Amino acid sequence: MTKILHKKQLSKDVYLMKLDAPLIAEERKAGQFIILQLDDNYGERIPLTIADADKDEGSISIIFQVVGKSTQDLSKMNAGQSIPTLVGPLGTPTHIDNFGTVVCVGGGIGVAPLHPIAQALKAAGNKLVIIIGARSKDLLILEDEMKAIADEFIVCTDDGSYGRKALVTEPLKEVCERNPKPDMSIAIGPPIMMKFCAETTRPYDVHTLVSLNTIMVDGTGMCGGCRVNVGEDVKFVCVDGPEFDGHKVDFDNMISRLNSYKDIEQEAHECNLDRQVEEKKMEVSK
Amino acid sequence: MSNLSNEEIQAKAIELLEEIVTREEPIKPRDRMKIPPQAMPHQNEFARRNNLDEVALGLTMEQARLEAMRCLQCVKKTCVNDCPVFIDIPGFIQYIADGDMQGAADEIKKVSLLPSICGRVCPQETQCQQNCTVGKALKDVDKGVAIGRLERFVADWERATGNIKIPEVKPETGKKVAVIGSGPAGLVVAADVRREGHHVTIFEAFHKLGGVMRYGIPEFRLPNDIIDQEISTLEKMGVEFKTNFVVGRTRKLMDLIKKDGYDAIFVGTGAGLPMFMGIDGENLVGVFSANEYLTRANLMRAFDREHADTPIYQSKNVAVLGGGNVAMDAARMAVRLGADNVYVVYRRTEKEMPARVEEVAHAKEEGIEFHFLRNAKRIIGGENGRVKAMECLKYELGEPDDSGRRRPVVIPGSEFTLDVDTVIVSIGNGSNPLISQTTPELEVNRWGNIIVDDNQKTSVDKIYAGGDIVLGAATVILAMGEGRKAAAAINKMLSDEFAAEAKNN
Repeated sequence: MTKILHKKQLSKDVYLMKLDAPLIAEERKAGQFIILQLDDNYGERIPLTIADADKDEGSISIIFQVVGKSTQDLSKMNAGQSIPTLVGPLGTPTHIDNFGTVVCVGGGIGVAPLHPIAQALKAAGNKLVIIIGARSKDLLILEDEMKAIADEFIVCTDDGSYGRKALVTEPLKEVCERNPKPDMSIAIGPPIMMKFCAETTRPYDVHTLVSLNTIMVDGTGMCGGCRVNVGEDVKFVCVDGPEFDGHKVDFDNMISRLNSYKDIEQEAHECNLDRQVEEKKMEVSK
Repeated sequence: MSNLSNEEIQAKAIELLEEIVTREEPIKPRDRMKIPPQAMPHQNEFARRNNLDEVALGLTMEQARLEAMRCLQCVKKTCVNDCPVFIDIPGFIQYIADGDMQGAADEIKKVSLLPSICGRVCPQETQCQQNCTVGKALKDVDKGVAIGRLERFVADWERATGNIKIPEVKPETGKKVAVIGSGPAGLVVAADVRREGHHVTIFEAFHKLGGVMRYGIPEFRLPNDIIDQEISTLEKMGVEFKTNFVVGRTRKLMDLIKKDGYDAIFVGTGAGLPMFMGIDGENLVGVFSANEYLTRANLMRAFDREHADTPIYQSKNVAVLGGGNVAMDAARMAVRLGADNVYVVYRRTEKEMPARVEEVAHAKEEGIEFHFLRNAKRIIGGENGRVKAMECLKYELGEPDDSGRRRPVVIPGSEFTLDVDTVIVSIGNGSNPLISQTTPELEVNRWGNIIVDDNQKTSVDKIYAGGDIVLGAATVILAMGEGRKAAAAINKMLSDEFAAEAKNN
């Protein structure tokens, strides 16, 4: 059982939770994730990046977006309650070094996993150009935290409701065109965003790391559900990743694999709606 | 398999047993040989396609006694020598023949803590039963004394009494042992080490205990309550369990000794790295490792669509690649999940299949089609990157290979296509690298299996290993045998230390 210490809503569907997990807080490094489950018998296993950790307090923080039943249920839990299953830290930590100038690109909820990596890169002496973006202003998260560690900071929204009206690839391209070009970039966000970030940096030969959030069951290499094509190799995101060379990842295959259960989830969602309608009817008839 | 109904089987058994026990003179070996092998009562093959209930229902009391009377009580006990944990097989069988079930249970438990599991999933036909004199005389290994079924009967009998004896635990020694993984090897080590009075903590990565017995073997072969029962015995002995704990990640292996003060460690993490074919289309939507498919259905309860949050692929036509027990489990699970057609595609013939004969027979009864001497060449995708078909090649048997089995040789130009929407790859497991990667001092071979000596000791002091992480993919009972050896070595090391400390004080 893992106790929830604190909960905070960051944007419309995005929440931050601080959890009591001293062993994970001690061991975790930037880039690693946990898996949690809200019911030991019937719950599903959800991988979530560790957004931050406090060794002294023995706590870790997770940031998640409500996208389905389980994340919805999690968002309804409060400080003092406990999560039945939480395991981690999983995945290979980010390779942190002093690379020089690093462009960090975060899209939507992807800013959450980007933050601890950017922090570690900053601490290792890198100059950080940080670009964050979202569909609209109310979906932006961690703006102040990212700004605080950036040497150069760019915010954009798809609809122009805040910052520059652009997709993140626009400023990324401009940064790549500079002389000298950046030494490295790291892009985390929706799969389609990561794909286009990798396409943007490819002509400039700027090494681009991406962090993948594929379907997973165990998270320890046992099931292979998370496998992706990386160049000529098949890699398991849970143990070999989650970070890979974005220029080598087969994003199209990854995106189709992410949709493996879309029809079933849609059905479950509709069932859920039907049930809610039925429950409402019952209430009315009482 | 018997064509008689369960009721008819039982009626015959009652009649025959009555006749034997009312005889004047004692039963002679010749009479024993005349008792027919007792058929296992089964769940109906149509009904069971829609549930996860156990298929083999277990012998009745009358059947068990008759089967036990078939044992000749040989002087040279080949069965005992062929048992990885050396159960006194004729000994416990004699108790059953005499109707003393508690005596039989006590006899088995002297050496095996997990009889209800072994009785169900051990490959007896290649172990204890393989050289049974009765089977030899009848020229059919399947007609040998059904040792596994008798073992299961005794264990189920004891469980039904609700009064399972808890093994005695010696006074606390103050020594601490960490067991990594709660599969068959780990559970045996925990029991054997705990009995000597050492504190034992089992670390398990998953939220449920039992390892492959929980996530891999389906409930229609090994029900969860049976695993729970065996684990509750360990709990009552004072074994401590830590679930959701990935050694190598949550805590480094060496830190268990350096920071947490464990005096010895047993690594029994299993063979958890699924192998794939390396063919085109293997990452299409609808291609799964058997591990993933079975873990979703078993551990995550996806079979129970109404309650489970974990989805499982909805399949109409399924191809399972491979011929082992795991392939049978996956194919039979696919049937239960509602697939219309399930094909097992295996590149050799039925004779070379590593799966147990009983499991293959069950699969056939459940309508699974076997394609022998066939193998996948590539998987063909359709809409949205989903599996549409599988192109296969035909094979013939050539010269024997290193394993002694005749090597399958491809027949050029023999391509044909199977219309499937799901492919389950079940061609074995590599060793999980999590612990070896984070413990560089631990020596592994080129396949990543941990190297151990005759006492299961690794290259690092105080660290022992056993089961699939050492053997590569093997069986539950072989893992238990390794666990037993490791436990003996750990107990010896700790008792030597304990004696030395006592002397110094």
